[in-house]
Amino acid sequence: MATLETTFAGIRSLNPFWLASGPPTNCGEQIMRAFDAGWGGAVWKTIGAQVTNVSSRYSSLDWNGQRMVGFNNIELISDRPPQVNLREIAEVKRRYPRHVVIASLMVESRREAWHQMVSRAEDAGADGLELNFGCPHGMSERGMGSAIGQAPEYCGQITEWVKEKARTPVIVKLTPNITDIRLPARAAKGAGADALSAVNTINSITGIDLETLEPRPKVDGQSSHGGYCGPAVKPIALSMVQQIMSDPQAALPLSGIGGIGSWQDAAEFLLLGAGTIQVCTAVMHYGYRIVEDMCDGLLAWMRRKGFATISEFRGLSLPRMQEWKNLNLNYRVVARIHEESCIGCQLCYTACWDGAHQCIHLDRMQGGLEEPVKGTDPRFVQHQPNPQGKPAPAMVLAESMRRITVTPIPRLDLHDGGLNRDRPPLGRIPRVDEDECVGCNLCSLVCPVPECITMERADTGVARETWEERSARDQGQKEGEIWES
Amino acid sequence: MSETSSFYSKAKATEEIAQRFADLRPPLSAKAAVAEALRCLYCFDAPCMGACPTHIDVPRFIKKIASGNLEGSARTILEANILGASCSRACPVQVLCEGACVMHYQNQKPIEIGRLQRFAMDALYASGDLHPFSPCDLSGRETGKGVALIGAGPASLACAAELRRRGVRAVVFDARPLPGGLNTYGIAEYKLPLAESLREIDLLTQLGVEFHFETSVDAAMLAELEVDYDAIFLGVGLAGIKKLGVAGEELEGVVSALDFIAAYKCGDLLRVPERVAVIGAGNTATDAAIAAVRLGAREVHVVYRRGSEQMSAFAFEYEHARQMGVSFLWYRMPARIIGEGKVEALELVEVREREDGSLSPATGQSVLLEVGLVVKAIGQGTHAEFVQEMQGGKPAKVRMEKGRILVNRETGQTSNPKYFAGGDCTNGGREVVDAVADGKRAGVGMATWLGGHDGDA
Ligand SMILES: Cc1cc2nc3c(=O)[nH]c(=O)nc-3n(C[C@H](O)[C@H](O)[C@H](O)COP(=O)(O)OP(=O)(O)OC[C@H]3O[C@@H](n4cnc5c(N)ncnc54)[C@H](O)[C@@H]3O)c2cc1C
Ligand SMILES: Cc1cc2nc3c(=O)[nH]c(=O)nc-3n(C[C@H](O)[C@H](O)[C@H](O)COP(=O)(O)O)c2cc1C
Ligand code: SF4
Ligand code: SF4
Ligand code: SF4
Repeated sequence: MATLETTFAGIRSLNPFWLASGPPTNCGEQIMRAFDAGWGGAVWKTIGAQVTNVSSRYSSLDWNGQRMVGFNNIELISDRPPQVNLREIAEVKRRYPRHVVIASLMVESRREAWHQMVSRAEDAGADGLELNFGCPHGMSERGMGSAIGQAPEYCGQITEWVKEKARTPVIVKLTPNITDIRLPARAAKGAGADALSAVNTINSITGIDLETLEPRPKVDGQSSHGGYCGPAVKPIALSMVQQIMSDPQAALPLSGIGGIGSWQDAAEFLLLGAGTIQVCTAVMHYGYRIVEDMCDGLLAWMRRKGFATISEFRGLSLPRMQEWKNLNLNYRVVARIHEESCIGCQLCYTACWDGAHQCIHLDRMQGGLEEPVKGTDPRFVQHQPNPQGKPAPAMVLAESMRRITVTPIPRLDLHDGGLNRDRPPLGRIPRVDEDECVGCNLCSLVCPVPECITMERADTGVARETWEERSARDQGQKEGEIWES
Repeated sequence: MSETSSFYSKAKATEEIAQRFADLRPPLSAKAAVAEALRCLYCFDAPCMGACPTHIDVPRFIKKIASGNLEGSARTILEANILGASCSRACPVQVLCEGACVMHYQNQKPIEIGRLQRFAMDALYASGDLHPFSPCDLSGRETGKGVALIGAGPASLACAAELRRRGVRAVVFDARPLPGGLNTYGIAEYKLPLAESLREIDLLTQLGVEFHFETSVDAAMLAELEVDYDAIFLGVGLAGIKKLGVAGEELEGVVSALDFIAAYKCGDLLRVPERVAVIGAGNTATDAAIAAVRLGAREVHVVYRRGSEQMSAFAFEYEHARQMGVSFLWYRMPARIIGEGKVEALELVEVREREDGSLSPATGQSVLLEVGLVVKAIGQGTHAEFVQEMQGGKPAKVRMEKGRILVNRETGQTSNPKYFAGGDCTNGGREVVDAVADGKRAGVGMATWLGGHDGDA
């Protein structure tokens, strides 16, 4: 039977779903409710010298009616006194001994200060420590947070200090606001960290109020760089997690963070090598209850795929991430429109003409379907755009605008004006010229109907060859000559 | 003596009519409009745009609603359709733009294009801004040419707007006291209130259109106008409802649907008798029947000599009438109208349809329908024939067929090059949006013919 139970850097957890350090983990009362809802662990809101927060502090990126596609904040670490947080950690651990409580810590860069904080957190009963080297606003101006995460040598230094004292596993939380995230990760690993977590929030300005000209979030007419998170950052977080996990000098047990809101998101982080995942924004948006589907959905997927435990599939997609030079140049796909599901919106047409390679045409009524597919690959045969002189978008549009249309009136028109509501007219369904299609995916991405455009394998009849292999073979030859051959 | 004061202020606002004829398609709130606008896929060469006779760039104006650019949205609408507000309410969108929306093929509700269009136009009114277009904005100057337009209906108004934007003087003559033709006097009040038609014409008047009301143009006057103006546009629409030709037709309480509708829209008719019969089964008949219900009738019968399959009303209008409780009597013909000075009953005979489509009495028996009002809605006649009776030995020679004026559909030009025409008098009687499309093409066609700027060069 499949199980979500897992062990991360020696810490046993009921499931891989932890709350990330943030507002959902502000206090014990919240965290106990989260455990009741099904969360396996929680990283306490970062504890350090008490701070004062500004008001307001959050803003969001909304997209086409969807709220909070991206989210940002200029909040600091916990604004509660450390002793209150530590007392509540003890209480939570007493009442929920099987749930994981990690203390997130950030103090000034002095050895004694860190030693003292580590002892206090462990005495309170924390199962592990997370060092917040990621916060990109406010704390960094005080030489903490991402100011540490961006300097690998500081990162190593503080990890060393902490490891001198710590008895529980030490997790270093990394900032994405850096050119190469592997460098601080290597420093942390070199200094003895037990695990990593990535990523913290990304520097951002979500937008500007066009009435008042104030950037958001607004604080008395001004704003400050905020940390970006939520669904929009998942691709960035995934890429960073992969970079770390594919680097033997950096790889450690890793808790994946950034834009996770569903079991699918979680599965993706796990497939790229994460051992647990952490969630902040999605819980701020919808509440603790989302974890139920995350557990349920992940388990169902594991059963479908035949995985009994998380470790059975952890990292399985890592080898599939390669440098570009290792990709097969002779692999080819072409777009295929499935007529029966097409609704005739022609978004694929306009996208291909303006944003890709001009190989989708509106010529089904003009016999376009009868044109033979020769099987040529436009990537090798140097071509002119639109070699067959098919009508360009502006011509298509002008033709429509010239057409005289009238209201179909039953009394005047023989046809009853009843439109066919099941299928679009054939002339509206585009056609892909497979000899011109470069197989970029764009049309299939813009098509509003799922599975209506699929990318089909087109056999090139040529054996696998990578860029690296080709360069070696053609050493000395000029690129242009290769294409012309 | 051109009259250009506010027409809107001349609408007799009757609280009672407003209440009884509340909007069938109520306006969208700002939030609902944005949510609906976001559903639109932004199709290329959008089918909705193709289905609209004026080819409004629907996805473009809808995206502007979504982005909060309401000013630009209204401009996009007006660029294609100068009566965009009237059309948004009057259009049978089910068989036009919304009927063509690709959402149907996804088993989803079509985008509510009509209501979104109204939202953008209402926002323009609310802003108090001037018309986005101005006289000569396409020509840069007055051309010194002038056109007389006969009729102030949608066709003439659309034509006049194109002419004014191209520096051609536009002088409109109408037999009625207010402009708009059936847009003002004929469209069901729960779709397009009379005041709203006038409000849009006020906006359009900013382009410098001149009006002469209560001026019925006959052959003699047309001959004068032909001398005084460089070209003539005929937008005279159709004539009144045809006669039934049965005994008792002259009784009090026997009215034409057009007069009946105009009377309640003008606030001159607030009540109808308990029982009403409407004769005919086209859109005018269903409009009249629904109006009778809203005006307090308890029993409304639509009498039609053929079956439901042959009725010329749109299916959704028929549905609407049935939902309002209107009853339909098929295969019945009025034999006579009975009453002492005033209508008391309608005698109906049952008829049968022969193989060849002609009708014959079915049983010979007749039934009496007790009614206090008979509304005739058996189709409009034509009345453009006067253009052929030109005097002074100079016949206008405007070619016609079955009462319709024949035109080149792209330019609106008639067989007489100086005469252009559009709207119901050329297309046999369609919808407001068709008249606007005709008028627009004719306006551009005339300006080009007059050597004015065609705006696209
Ligand atoms: C009852 C009814 C309901 C309708 N409902 C709708 C609806 O819901 N939606 C929709 O889109 N369409 C509807 N229509 C159709 C629509 O109103 C017409 O298609 C449209 O108004 C035609 O415009 P027009 O400019 O061609 O003619 P009209 O609107 O008929 O305007 C013609 C004008 O010319 C004037 N005129 C005529 N002869 C002369 C003359 N010799 N001298 C001076 N003036 C003259 C008339 O007074 C009139 O003002 C409806 C029509 C009717 C009859
Ligand atoms: C309002 C807010 C406050 C946060 N405070 C802390 C903090 O005190 N310490 C810390 O290590 N990370 C803090 N974070 C970062 C989160 O722990 C997490 O790394 C980040 O939000 C990315 O995950 P997400 O996309 O699930 O939100 C905070 C995030 C938010 C949104
Ligand atoms: S984007 Fe998809 S649904 Fe739209 S026309 Fe292209 S294939 Fe059809
Ligand atoms: S004018 Fe009428 S048909 Fe055209 S888009 Fe607007 S509502 Fe639809
Ligand atoms: S067809 Fe429908 S979805 Fe497409 S642009 Fe028009 S309104 Fe939008």
